Amino acid sequence: MSVLIYADNHGGKFPKSSLEAVSYGADIAAQLGTDAVAITCGKIDGDGGLGAAGASKVLVADVNTSDSQQMTRLVVAAASQVGASVVIFSHDIEGKLVAPRVAARLDAGLVPGATSLPTADFTVKKNVFSGKAIADIAITTDKKVITLLPNSYSVKSGGAAAAVESFSADLGAAGIKVKEVIHEGKDGEIPLPEAELVVSAGRGMKGPEHWGPIEELAKVLGAATACSRPVSDIGWRPHHEHVGQTGITVRPNLYIAVGISGAIQHLAGVNGSKVIVVINKDPEAPFFKAADYGIVGDAFEVLPKIIDAAKQFAASK
Amino acid sequence: MPQILDVHCLISRPDNYKNSIFMKILVCISKAPDTTSKIAFTDNNSKFDENGVQFIVNPYDEWYALVRALELKEAGGGNVTILSVGGADYEPVIRKALAIGADDAVRIDAAESDSLFVAKQIASYAKDKVFDMVFCGKETINFNGSVVPGMVAELLDVPYVALATKIEVAGNTATITREVPGGEEILEVNTPFVLSAAKGMAEQRIPNMRGIMAARTKPLAVEAAAAASASTEVKGYSLPPAKGGCKYIAPENAGDLIKLLHEEAKVI
Repeated sequence: MSVLIYADNHGGKFPKSSLEAVSYGADIAAQLGTDAVAITCGKIDGDGGLGAAGASKVLVADVNTSDSQQMTRLVVAAASQVGASVVIFSHDIEGKLVAPRVAARLDAGLVPGATSLPTADFTVKKNVFSGKAIADIAITTDKKVITLLPNSYSVKSGGAAAAVESFSADLGAAGIKVKEVIHEGKDGEIPLPEAELVVSAGRGMKGPEHWGPIEELAKVLGAATACSRPVSDIGWRPHHEHVGQTGITVRPNLYIAVGISGAIQHLAGVNGSKVIVVINKDPEAPFFKAADYGIVGDAFEVLPKIIDAAKQFAASK
Repeated sequence: MPQILDVHCLISRPDNYKNSIFMKILVCISKAPDTTSKIAFTDNNSKFDENGVQFIVNPYDEWYALVRALELKEAGGGNVTILSVGGADYEPVIRKALAIGADDAVRIDAAESDSLFVAKQIASYAKDKVFDMVFCGKETINFNGSVVPGMVAELLDVPYVALATKIEVAGNTATITREVPGGEEILEVNTPFVLSAAKGMAEQRIPNMRGIMAARTKPLAVEAAAAASASTEVKGYSLPPAKGGCKYIAPENAGDLIKLLHEEAKVI
């Protein structure tokens, strides 16, 4: 028996969400008195840091595919080889693509986007109703699959180096052909779903030419930038920055919202944030009800003061 | 290895249909509480309180999956079938989907106990029909799982493209754009396949009076559920802890925010 964790490899580097999944899987393995085995694709340096995060063994497959059927065959073969009773993914793009297929193939119950370790009867917590409630869901099948919500579990450190083994399986033919990959983000930009700090702005900025202070504050804090739906719809900002019910859901430690009124659909995408700061000149903006800190004022007067203070803070660190 | 549904007679079409552009698209829809609904629970927090709640077609299923399927049908000819797994209370949302323009609908008469159960019902229905494409929304707004379409694809043993933002179809080849970390990927896949639709696929359509009238008489078949058991069980619900209230900072002292975030909130 073992716990198998799929760790998504981004060009030799594991994003935080993958390390969180490994640490989560390692803690489940400890609960069950068994081993945590990670599987990953592509090249890694040593154990890729997965041992420190809790894996005792890392299976490395020389595979590069966007095809969910091939990925499923790979993970199912690994699960079979290591006798996995539990398979863990991150609830990220790859996890959403592959985990449901793996669960169907194993005839396993799946909880997507779990936020807690399982209890003795394998009940885990999961956000439902777009973050407006939490459900306790028990998996009742012998085999179990969980995808872990990003930013909801801490990455462990200090584990011993993991044994690294190469792994291969019959993947069959690919049903999907990749024609083109387009990178929207600038190099060095922090991807929004992984960001711990987010500076977000809305229509209150009055036009795309006024985003300078938002980008500057984000840069000083080391934060990602985001925006509300109207702003991405009218093309002031790229679609991949749109946070909300129909866009990206974020759960950063800090979410600073500037000139966003806080419609319920926007709140659904940010209400997992630990601390919310709202800056708006309208004291009646509904966002203040969800905020931890609020500033009622003109963004163009308030932001320079915050940027100055943030620069001093950054210099003092 | 558990039993996988028999897919030998799967959705690939007979050779004499191969060059036909008449597309058959299955769109799976779920019902969900209106986005402004008050979220509360009854029966000792074990059930969602439906009292006073308006149910709608899950927005991802309607705005993106259904509307794009209709656009493809309008451009190239074809048929759009709605499939739901649920009780009789599903009929208003199914009629709404028919009013927007779907041709016919099927309801599998079963309580939607969990995603694997629902996926097995969809796959069991689709496996011996000739569907070129199965469309779902990227997730429901009540359970936010993003799970059913991938399970359906595996049970049918066909390709799956998740979080698709664009699709064009020429003959039996679809060109699909999907979200990947930090950007997007353009893929080519042959029918049959399953897709989950995200923002960008299409714009919301408001049904017109003619559509609403026509929907009343469009075929809505009710079929018995396939044998399957639930794989998960909801033990109970709770509401997230209430926020402690907003601490206001005067705009002239806005710089104090950084100190509070560092020393009090400890997030920077």
